[in-house]
Amino acid sequence: MPKVKIDGFEVEVPEGTTILNAARQIGGDIVPPAMCYYSTLKGSGGKCRTCLVKVTKGSERDPRPMPKLVASCQTPVMDGMEVANISSAEVLNARRGVVEFLLLNHPLDCPICDQAGECHLQDLSFEHGLANTRYEFERRTFEKIDIGPYIKLHMTRCILCYRCVYTAQQLTPERVHGVIGRGDHAEISTFIEKAIDNDFSGNVIDVCPVGALTDRTFRFKSRVWFLNPMDAHRDCEKCSGKAVVWMYGGEIFRVTARKDQYGEVRDFICNTCRFEQKSPGNWTIEGPRQIDRHSVIGQNHYDGDTLTVA
Amino acid sequence: MILSSYALGANTAYIYIRGEYSWIVFILEKAIAEAYAQGWLGKNIKGSGVDLDLYVNPGAGAYICGEETALIESLEGKRGNPRIKPPFPAVKGLWQCPTVVNNVETLAAVVPIVNDGGDEYAKIGVGKSTGTKLISAGGNINRPGVYEIELGLPMEEFIYSDEWCGGIKNGRRLKACVPGGSSVPILPHYLVTKTAAGENRLMSYESLADGGFVSGSMLGSGGFIVYDETQCIVRNTWNFTRFYRHESCGQCSPCREGTGWMEKVLWRLENGQGKISDIDLLVDVAKKIEGNTICPLGDAAAWPVASAVRHFREEFEWHVQNPQACLERNYGLVREPAEIQPH
Ligand SMILES: Cc1cc2nc3c(=O)[nH]c(=O)nc-3n(C[C@H](O)[C@H](O)[C@H](O)COP(=O)(O)O)c2cc1C
Ligand code: SF4
Ligand code: SF4
Ligand code: FES
Repeated sequence: MPKVKIDGFEVEVPEGTTILNAARQIGGDIVPPAMCYYSTLKGSGGKCRTCLVKVTKGSERDPRPMPKLVASCQTPVMDGMEVANISSAEVLNARRGVVEFLLLNHPLDCPICDQAGECHLQDLSFEHGLANTRYEFERRTFEKIDIGPYIKLHMTRCILCYRCVYTAQQLTPERVHGVIGRGDHAEISTFIEKAIDNDFSGNVIDVCPVGALTDRTFRFKSRVWFLNPMDAHRDCEKCSGKAVVWMYGGEIFRVTARKDQYGEVRDFICNTCRFEQKSPGNWTIEGPRQIDRHSVIGQNHYDGDTLTVA
Repeated sequence: MILSSYALGANTAYIYIRGEYSWIVFILEKAIAEAYAQGWLGKNIKGSGVDLDLYVNPGAGAYICGEETALIESLEGKRGNPRIKPPFPAVKGLWQCPTVVNNVETLAAVVPIVNDGGDEYAKIGVGKSTGTKLISAGGNINRPGVYEIELGLPMEEFIYSDEWCGGIKNGRRLKACVPGGSSVPILPHYLVTKTAAGENRLMSYESLADGGFVSGSMLGSGGFIVYDETQCIVRNTWNFTRFYRHESCGQCSPCREGTGWMEKVLWRLENGQGKISDIDLLVDVAKKIEGNTICPLGDAAAWPVASAVRHFREEFEWHVQNPQACLERNYGLVREPAEIQPH
């Protein structure tokens, strides 16, 4: 099995593992941020460029460094490879650039966005961004669109990570949801302004790293950090029924799938569980959901013993 | 294409062509039908045991579909987004099969090579730049057009000789030249016919690249643009950037957002509303795009901006300092930095 060294930490991983996933096995702050890669979505990644790293040594056999920064989510490790992430000024500088690019046309109105508190772009800019914007032009805006009874699309917030596109493609055989247009005028669209109607369509909300796709049954009901996320399950014939219910007092405000420490869902849930089962009697509550320290939800609400440290 | 497919052992070949060139599609389809009728295509070509099917496929009119992996996606009927490499097309291309993507010009060179032999073909040109190249010359010249030149032709001769571009129109002076398509670095007048080292600049891969990105450029696609002293470099750079912004596929954030940002800053500068800090901002944004994207369109968008500021900073500054004058007239020729004066 190839051995790779990332920022000086060595790890042995199976053939074909990407640098990003090798870094995740090491853990901690040497893990590159990923805004578009999603381990459970085939074909995802390579687009946002936040995960760029420098390969300082190609492999044992060919030790030459790679000439350009590479997307760690796409680049498989080689035996003897050495990678610099946070130990490379070049990488940090490029990443700061990428964060700036991602925020360029993103509205800076987190206080009125439903995703605030669980937004990956918010976390990313907090950790890697600059305090000021150098952009002095009007930002790109779009009208909000309802895609079906459950999902709201607000393109203005989209970072074109394509995760929802892969989700939609991998959940249904037809192409109903994708990208139209090019460049900075590209938009996510249900091709014929029709709803995505598929029992699993709600998962596009969970894969969206920002507030571009949100749950219409939850929009503006509460801030996520006022809610208590609880692991819960129910018998469901369509999906595993394993979810997180977000409660306030005795009420369920929303239901989501379970995300891991990188914000990725392994077990997608169906629309029935997500949108139609808001009565606590329908769920078996397992206990409080452990929230990664990374998230601002964790910063506010949880004391030390309910935190899991990555 | 038949010869190339035979050499590669390929049984299926496609001609991908921009949707706008629809009349060419009809010509090609007719030619292919004739070739099938004569037995030059199809099963067991002329009894050789070799099979080849050839299709023409029009695209929908996107510059990015010229990038080989975007072209492959488009051929597969998908959105023309470049793929992430590796795997390269030669390993996994169209329908996941090994694929070679070549330009028509490259394939056209197969004919003289086969007819006259490789050695004979290699006699044309200089050094490693062998053979001929089609140059599509435009701008302020007397004889714009597409010329097939032998590589190694002196730049001076190409621009000024009546056989080729015929000199600058209206007797004006040369201001700048983009020798290889809008993405390659622009050259100021004092680096066009001579290199920084004072040697004659030739139309060859090596000579044009002489001086690297500091004082050289690239032969690129052979899109040759000549600017006379009345042209505005800021406006020209804006125009190029507007093109790349429009044609970016929008997959990767640096190219998608960076091209739009540069375009807006350049527009502001061109219209006398810019700031001195905008000039360094452009360089910084270009640097953050370059090398950090999926396909070379990002670099192609960054290079012209970086090189325009490198050689014509004075002219950019003049736009900021003279907001009214820059709307009424152009800057004229740039001064030649004393240290790189040809001897
Ligand atoms: C953004 C972009 C656009 C391109 N457009 C074209 C094009 O219009 N025609 C072309 O022949 N090659 C184009 N190329 C280059 C091709 O991807 C490819 O490298 C080339 O056709 C290979 O053929 P050759 O080796 O025979 O030159 C483009 C590349 C990029 C990155
Ligand atoms: S809507 Fe969300 S998931 Fe879809 S591309 Fe935009 S940011 Fe990504
Ligand atoms: S560099 Fe530009 S054109 Fe190329 S893949 Fe990225 S966004 Fe698309
Ligand atoms: S996570 Fe690797 S490019 Fe987006």
